[in-house]
Amino acid sequence: MRELTYAQAIQEALAQAMDADPTVFLMGEDIGVYGGAFQVTGDLVHRYGEDRVMDAPISELGQAGVAVGAALAGCRPVLEFQFSDFATLAMEQIVNQAAKLRFMLGGKVNVPLVMRFPAGSGTGAAAQHSQSLEAWLAHVPGLKVIQPSTPADVKGMLLAAIDDPDPVMVFEHKLLYKMKGEVPEEPYRIAIGKAHVAREGRDVTVVATSIMVHKSLEAATILDAEGIDVEVIDLRTLRPIDTATIIDSVKKTSRLACVYEGVKTLGIGAEISARIAESEAFDYLDAPILRLGGAESPIPYNPELEKAAVPQVPGIVEGLRNLVRGRM
Amino acid sequence: MNAVGKIKPNARPFYQKYSADQLKDALRKMYLIRRFEEGAEEAYMRGLIHGTMHLSIGQEGSAVGATMALRNTDYITSTHRGHGHCIGKGAEPKLMFAEFFGKEEGYCRGRGGSMHIADVSTGNLGANGIVGGGLPIAVGAALAIKKQKRDDVAMCFFGDGASNEGAFHEALNMAAVWKLPVVFVCENNKYGMSVSTERSMAVANVADRASAYGMPGVITDGNSIADVEEAIAEAIARARRGEGPTLVECKTYRTRGHSRSDRNRYRTKEEIEEWKARDPIPHFEAELMAHGLATEAEVIAIRKSAEAEIAAGIEFARLGTDPNPNEVTRDVYSNEAA
Repeated sequence: MRELTYAQAIQEALAQAMDADPTVFLMGEDIGVYGGAFQVTGDLVHRYGEDRVMDAPISELGQAGVAVGAALAGCRPVLEFQFSDFATLAMEQIVNQAAKLRFMLGGKVNVPLVMRFPAGSGTGAAAQHSQSLEAWLAHVPGLKVIQPSTPADVKGMLLAAIDDPDPVMVFEHKLLYKMKGEVPEEPYRIAIGKAHVAREGRDVTVVATSIMVHKSLEAATILDAEGIDVEVIDLRTLRPIDTATIIDSVKKTSRLACVYEGVKTLGIGAEISARIAESEAFDYLDAPILRLGGAESPIPYNPELEKAAVPQVPGIVEGLRNLVRGRM
Repeated sequence: MNAVGKIKPNARPFYQKYSADQLKDALRKMYLIRRFEEGAEEAYMRGLIHGTMHLSIGQEGSAVGATMALRNTDYITSTHRGHGHCIGKGAEPKLMFAEFFGKEEGYCRGRGGSMHIADVSTGNLGANGIVGGGLPIAVGAALAIKKQKRDDVAMCFFGDGASNEGAFHEALNMAAVWKLPVVFVCENNKYGMSVSTERSMAVANVADRASAYGMPGVITDGNSIADVEEAIAEAIARARRGEGPTLVECKTYRTRGHSRSDRNRYRTKEEIEEWKARDPIPHFEAELMAHGLATEAEVIAIRKSAEAEIAAGIEFARLGTDPNPNEVTRDVYSNEAA
């Protein structure tokens, strides 16, 4: 099968969505002739015109509200935030309006919009351009939050998100944009709300998100040589969470680790740990649950500090080894 | 041209372009708004409804004047003080009362309450509990109108307070650069809760801000339905022609407090009385009668019919169906499994 980068897979999904549905349009900062800060929209403006690939003023709150209004009036807007950090400028419209309108109006409207958020650290962009705020939005009923980790997943999940009648927030790790993988050419959908077992294993369940899926798979390969068999679940969707897949896995492995880049405290790992603690899988646990998350600090500029602020492969290997060998 | 007789040729355009029946219907809507809010206030005092509400008593002229020239397919976004806009756009008071009473029959099945009344069937995209929340939403609705090549408009109601929010700046700028069919209607009632415009703005008029966005800014007497309607009609026509947005400021006043908690410590009795003397409803009645467009008997009949509709609406709401507590999460998502 032909390979695409993660960014190309997004672009292909956007193009196929616009081909299939004239109500779909893209809006964002510098997504036109500039091609997007991460070249995700690329040359789409030349193929679809400025009316469907709209450069907007630097007005994140305004753009988010415009997306809400356009969605209420029959469009399917796909809004690109230049950096996920700028969600903070638009929280009013995302949290008070997009998430709640359907509920507040008694189910009489839909808000079919998609917001795309380039997220995460590792680019030297420092504290205001490197955050992982997906758990913030996953805390809000009314939103769906996804974090695809592969080119194939991002295409299928983005197409599902654009089809979805409710607002879907898509968190794309910036370091994944250049990652290559096999991507089917035709349009296809991957269901929102379904986790994916990226690697089967017997000894420990790792629930990972986004780029941490790949780091966890690397760690699993290293541990395999030591005779530790790691199961890696790619969570893919933060809201709604696929609890059943995690429970089934933990009942098999009896150990759980959560690996995510967002700040550890009150992050997605806390929610997954709690769900296992509340479930029948709790009785199967042979060890305390391990969370490996981002440091309790903003993302630093210095490259070594930046690496130290989020989980890396050696730390994941060590954490899982200790968990399995009983050295917590 | 009407039931009573020919109107004076020197009457302002508002009285020329509408039929006597249309004008009397406008008066009826103003009464419906007034009595709706008085009825809601009374029901609150009697403990029949809970929560809070923001009354627009004194502002009926701008609510009805602004919505008169709208079509069913035009959109509005409204505010926390939005009952008038809602009735102006064609909502039924009994279904609004049902919402106040938290009943399934209400516009939002009892999930929204006073601050979230909407009626998408009449193009009302909703009141809003967030000051300035509706501004960019109206711009988005107007963008959809333009993309769909319709000649409808999106009318955005907001207050003087909202014009100090960042959303105001972003929304007006975007509407202007994209030449979108938006009519921004600022009901300047002099106070953002307790803080006067003198203390919160360094310009005298909200309309003065329009020039910063390259759009016309028009000031009207918000307590004159005729003055409001004429300015708005021009703004609507401009929007329908594809010439872009207009900011219309309606100078008005709420004679009640901000909400249920208001003790009126920030303004004088004299000021309130002065504005009560400029009540938009008697003002409009007097003009209708002076122009020979309605008789006193007709005005009294309109008043009584509005009162009867409100009384029936409260009764309808009181007897409505309470939501099932097991359905708390209903309509959070379109697909309930989510």
